[in-house]
Amino acid sequence: MIIHHPLLGPRDAAEFVYLGDASLINRPDASADDAAEQFYEYQYLRDNVAGEMRELWYHEQGDRSWLVVTRNTLTHEISKVELARDVARANGRDR
Amino acid sequence: MRYSALQILKQGLTGNKGWTPAWREPEPRTEYDIIIIGGGGHGLATAYYLAKEHGITNVAVLEKGWLGSGNIGRNTTIIRSNYMLPGNEPFYELSMKLWEGLEQDFNYNAMISQRGILNLCHSDPQRDAYARRGNAMLMAGADAVLLDADGVRKLCPDMDFDNARFPIKGGLWQKRGGTVRHDAVAWGYARGADERGVDIIQNCEVTGLQINNGVCTGVDTTRGKISAKKVAVCVAGSSSRVMSMAGMRLPIESHVLQAFVSEGLKPTIPGVVTFGAGHFYISQSDKGGLVFGGDIDGYNTYAQRGNLPTVEDVCEGGMALMPNLGRARLLRMWGGVMDMSMDGTPFIDKTDISGLFFNGGWCYGGFKATPASGWCYAHLLATDQPHETATQLRLDRFKRGRMIDEKGVGAQPNLH
Amino acid sequence: MSQTYRIGRGLVDTNSTIKFAFNDQQYTGHPGDTLSSALLANGIRLVGRSFKYHRPRGIFSAGSEEPNALVELRRGAYQEPNTRATVAELFDGLQARSQNHRGPLGFDFMGVNDLLSPFLSAGFYYKTFMWPKAFWEKLYEPVIRASAGLGSLSGKPDPDSYDKGFLHADVLIVGAGPSGLAAALVAGESGARVILADEDFRPGGRLHAETMLVDDISGEQWVANTLSRLRKMDNVRLMIRTTVYGAFDHGIYGALEKKTDHLASSDGMPRQVLWRIYAKRCIVCAGATERSIAFGNNDRPGIMLAGAVRAYVNRWGVTPGKRVAVFTNNDDGWRTASDLVNQGVEVSAVIDSRDIDAPLSISGASVVMGASVVDTMGRAGIHTIKLSNRQTIKADCLAVSGGWNPNVHLTCHQRGRPEWNESQACFVPGGVLPDGMSVAGAANGALSLSAALSSGIDSASLTLQSLSIKPASVDTPRADDESTRVSAFWHVKESTKRCWIDLQNDVTTKDIVVSHQDGFRAVEHLKRYTTLGMATDQGKTSNVLGLAIMAEHAGKSIQETGTTIFRPPYTPVPMGAFAGRSRGKDFRPTRKTPSHAWAEARGAVFVETGNWLRAQWFPIDGETHWRESVDREVTQTRNSVGICDVSTLGKIDVQGKDAGEFLNRVYANTFATLAVGKVRYGIMLREDGILMDDGTTARLGENHFVMTTTTANAVGVFRHMEFCRQCLWPNLDVQLISATEQWAQFAVAGPNARKLLQKVVDADTPIDNESFPFMACGEISICGGTPGRLFRISFSGELAYEIAVPTRYGNSMMDALIKAGEEFQAVPYGTEALGVMRIEKGHAAGNELNGQTTAANIGLGRMVSKKKDSIGNTLSEREGMNTENDLALVGFMPTNKSVSLSAGAHFVSKGNEANTENDEGWMTSVAYSPSLECSIGLGFIQRGQDRMGDIVIAADPLRGGTTEVEIVSPHFIDPEGERLRG
Repeated sequence: MIIHHPLLGPRDAAEFVYLGDASLINRPDASADDAAEQFYEYQYLRDNVAGEMRELWYHEQGDRSWLVVTRNTLTHEISKVELARDVARANGRDR
Repeated sequence: MRYSALQILKQGLTGNKGWTPAWREPEPRTEYDIIIIGGGGHGLATAYYLAKEHGITNVAVLEKGWLGSGNIGRNTTIIRSNYMLPGNEPFYELSMKLWEGLEQDFNYNAMISQRGILNLCHSDPQRDAYARRGNAMLMAGADAVLLDADGVRKLCPDMDFDNARFPIKGGLWQKRGGTVRHDAVAWGYARGADERGVDIIQNCEVTGLQINNGVCTGVDTTRGKISAKKVAVCVAGSSSRVMSMAGMRLPIESHVLQAFVSEGLKPTIPGVVTFGAGHFYISQSDKGGLVFGGDIDGYNTYAQRGNLPTVEDVCEGGMALMPNLGRARLLRMWGGVMDMSMDGTPFIDKTDISGLFFNGGWCYGGFKATPASGWCYAHLLATDQPHETATQLRLDRFKRGRMIDEKGVGAQPNLH
Repeated sequence: MSQTYRIGRGLVDTNSTIKFAFNDQQYTGHPGDTLSSALLANGIRLVGRSFKYHRPRGIFSAGSEEPNALVELRRGAYQEPNTRATVAELFDGLQARSQNHRGPLGFDFMGVNDLLSPFLSAGFYYKTFMWPKAFWEKLYEPVIRASAGLGSLSGKPDPDSYDKGFLHADVLIVGAGPSGLAAALVAGESGARVILADEDFRPGGRLHAETMLVDDISGEQWVANTLSRLRKMDNVRLMIRTTVYGAFDHGIYGALEKKTDHLASSDGMPRQVLWRIYAKRCIVCAGATERSIAFGNNDRPGIMLAGAVRAYVNRWGVTPGKRVAVFTNNDDGWRTASDLVNQGVEVSAVIDSRDIDAPLSISGASVVMGASVVDTMGRAGIHTIKLSNRQTIKADCLAVSGGWNPNVHLTCHQRGRPEWNESQACFVPGGVLPDGMSVAGAANGALSLSAALSSGIDSASLTLQSLSIKPASVDTPRADDESTRVSAFWHVKESTKRCWIDLQNDVTTKDIVVSHQDGFRAVEHLKRYTTLGMATDQGKTSNVLGLAIMAEHAGKSIQETGTTIFRPPYTPVPMGAFAGRSRGKDFRPTRKTPSHAWAEARGAVFVETGNWLRAQWFPIDGETHWRESVDREVTQTRNSVGICDVSTLGKIDVQGKDAGEFLNRVYANTFATLAVGKVRYGIMLREDGILMDDGTTARLGENHFVMTTTTANAVGVFRHMEFCRQCLWPNLDVQLISATEQWAQFAVAGPNARKLLQKVVDADTPIDNESFPFMACGEISICGGTPGRLFRISFSGELAYEIAVPTRYGNSMMDALIKAGEEFQAVPYGTEALGVMRIEKGHAAGNELNGQTTAANIGLGRMVSKKKDSIGNTLSEREGMNTENDLALVGFMPTNKSVSLSAGAHFVSKGNEANTENDEGWMTSVAYSPSLECSIGLGFIQRGQDRMGDIVIAADPLRGGTTEVEIVSPHFIDPEGERLRG
């Protein structure tokens, strides 16, 4: 597969390490009353969609960017690649 | 029809015209005691044991394609019970014992070949881990032998002992491990279940689950609505898709595992050998093809195909271990969708929805588990109690912090 | 008598003669021959045996689809099994042997299987061999295995080398036949970057096998002219002997180029190159493969595909027979007859299954329309055929054409499913093709020459437009639109003899019937039950025939019956090529520590630690056993001073205003409060609450930390921290860089460590115990101005430091430390002594931090701060990870001090049987402690912390040992830590 890195252009997927669903960006608040339940769902449950999925790839053999790749799990077609940091900020993650 | 050498002789002398179908092609009825969704190895084994061990025959197996079209139809055929953790090992050893009598039990030759499985180690810590595992196996009633480098060389001389990047220091050998003709397992179970009255309905896709007030009462299919007292899901790579019809999210991701076969060759590999310093394992089929594989591709997918980096990685491991394979040609590669769980261990459990049962999360290890999976799932369906070897294969184990993580890599399915 | 079947020059160089051997018999051929054309030229018809019945077999085709003529090529370590004689280029001294027979090829003892065929029908083996149970492995299977398989490997390491390469193209054109060449002309003239790949050594495809004209010149001449035009274009790369074997995601194609297979010796060059081609577009011009017809005994040597017969006659100047009959269901088959007659070969008959007027007149041949061949005679080679009208015809070669199958393989590689085309009686590309792929020529069902040429031009134009490249105007080459009329005809039902479908796997029409009777009616069931299409040709010559007969039998249409799909590779690819240079010592990169050269000169024994090579111990004269060396290194370190290269530990530089806060969140214990100039030991959890790693982190400045990780986890911890930084807390001001390779680091340990270091560290840094206490750190200079870092940390439990210098000084640093230590008899120590000392001290390492253990398990539960949120904190509190029965890391000593402990033993209480139920834990690490003069161990046991002094059993049934052990503190040495603070 080829991933179009937003900063570096097209790169072979072999340069990257895969983590999983981009929902892993949304780490729960540990001080919430139901933190235990939230962390369990965050860590273990997956939509595992058959279709378009947003997922985390790490450019280990490159610039060490974490990327959010939107890829179809039925066809492997990639429709969007973003810097995970931008996505995280857009999701409201801060410090 | 009972299969035997005599039957073959009789049929052969009369022009092979008297054979009868191994299974019927029934129309679905409107109601069953139990519906099993998924006519793969595990589903068919479950049906077989429900009928044979529990006398429950008002059962339908619904298969969206042809029976045996799941991972039982595309795997590297290995059986073994070389697990380490107490939540796992007794279950896999039960499976091994069932394999050992299976062919006579279901009157079908699945070519179960216990020629041994050898896991190689290449460092002292790896050997220590194998010692821990081997002892766990012996304590669970399985067999295990710890070999040093010389012992390995005697068993499998054509490996790189002298110029290896990661020298072979020894290995854990399970003599009772081996290979099975994978398709024949599905066929044998299907034939045995059908014979006892189970309806195996091919080309029947489940499109919905009938759930009212937390009770599952049947399924919608491409061939109509079918009611059932119990619905047992057993769909491996499609687990998340089917269970989402019940509104459930699972601790499972779908990944592709590629496998490879070479052109036919005269015997060169004894038993199964796994490389401990790279992603490569290999055996040789009765027909002579080398059957080998390695790691999953590592990204979520439902496409039954993989990509080149993994192919090359696997062959690199192969050549590092067995440099005499260089001139053997890879004939065919294919991919299967694996239901990778969050700790690498499967589930055989009830769900929070009454009447709805789940069997899945087999990762790339479901084939060897086929008999025990069917046995334990049938037990659960028939008695509403988990089988004694499957008490820990539960869906709530992550919530409770009771993971069964053989590899110790945590909640990352692509590393299991 | 030589080459009596050579009737012309074809495209071989008859001026030059080369020698080759088949089954040790010497023959001659010419440059341009394949092994099969040369064998045919010499009148060799029997070349192999079939897989199951060991039936005599001859050459069947003229291309890579060959199911019969598989040979072992070359000798010794170069022996290559299952090579298709049809694509093996002849070279001087070539040696080939037939395979899969016992005894001589002409009299195979296994031929007895053929007589037993009534009992060996499809699936017979699933129905027997089950009794007695033990006989499968002992008797049946060994016999089956020995007789199965095809060729054999040499058993020796492959002496050839293989390379890998990467190419990029706008347009990849697969196949340089008429459509591929036409497409390449358009794409090339338009300025696109083009790769034109062809598996043959002579591009041109069927044009060489036919006698057709293009633009009024011979096909061969047109090919030569076109190639010469293409070769002049810098933007076109022509790759011959190159098979595009697979289509992968996002326009990535795999290709195998044979570099030296046509030479007597590879002579140091890579034998083959595995290319990964990144192509924006791909045009598949892979042509078509002819299929046979199922009739009685249609597998005998001399029965060949009609197009192949034509190819041998036209391209190689060889006739496969002196008296040839043709059996066809289509007009194309007739061209074989006319080409043979034009070359002066006798054609005894043309039999056409269609009841129509003969399309051509063939002089001297009896033409039989509306008839078929029902049987053939001649065991080692046919001599007679029998027709449905009871006519008997003499023929030593029977050319059969059942129509042509487009080579749709690449279109299936992403699970596109071909569709049945009724009028052309073939499957054409269907379903969803791989993105960017189009198909032209015969591969797309354009079976006539003129259709192929114009389809090549057209699809190139469309492809270029999709790339926004203006297509150059290229005239469509002119050719006759020859007739390709065909009427589907699969199976001669009048035949009472076995009719073969899959020649290599010996699948006959009877097997299809049995398969249907047995209930195996889905096409995938058929394939699996009969093994149809699972031979080395992946069903190229058999699949469609088998499906059609299955459909016929089931009374369904072929479209309803469906088809299986082709998997990569198109033709088999050697494993050596996939592995490339990654084998032997080059399997993975070797990382050497900064003092590797020094250690090597000192005679160190090295050990693989991941990709690192580390010194394991340093033997000295007179030591004969590793334990002597290791015991000496430990003793000398504990008594005086020892030095160890610890550079392999991961080092991560953490900087920024929020660096402290960041570490607070990735470590379970507190780091924000660490004072500048101090080091702290930290434990890191995964988000699931399990221990991920441990190590020390030093605060060199207010906003500057240096973290160390374990060697094994260096990469993973860095990746995890980048995840935390970029994805979880993107606005923290913190930067990370891996500095593992930038710093060489040495542990200097033992009572004399300070004295030694005082000789090395420049005087401006006082390192006495007051100024530089335990857990101090600082940036220093050494040996008169070289920059360095010093950390007062101890893994051994001794007074110890780690000193770091830029990597380029590492080797000299080791030398300088040892020299400075001469007065203390300082020793270098390796990983074994390191391991012994950490076990004596009770430190957890890889065997304990195995990804399954919690902080509490290793006795550090209290380090997980509950005052802050950190990774893993919440999930570490789950019930199942905090039970009364939890494992605890403790020490173990044998009650009998002369007994050695074993790692991997399991603990059971005294009196209990060693079984799963009674399993209480296991021994993780053991060592011989020279300090305590006995074997000691670390291990996890349930409630270990509360069981000090208990005696339990360390059960090791694997190695036949049962040892009584006492549970003790894991801190065997200096439990109060006085030494390291001294």
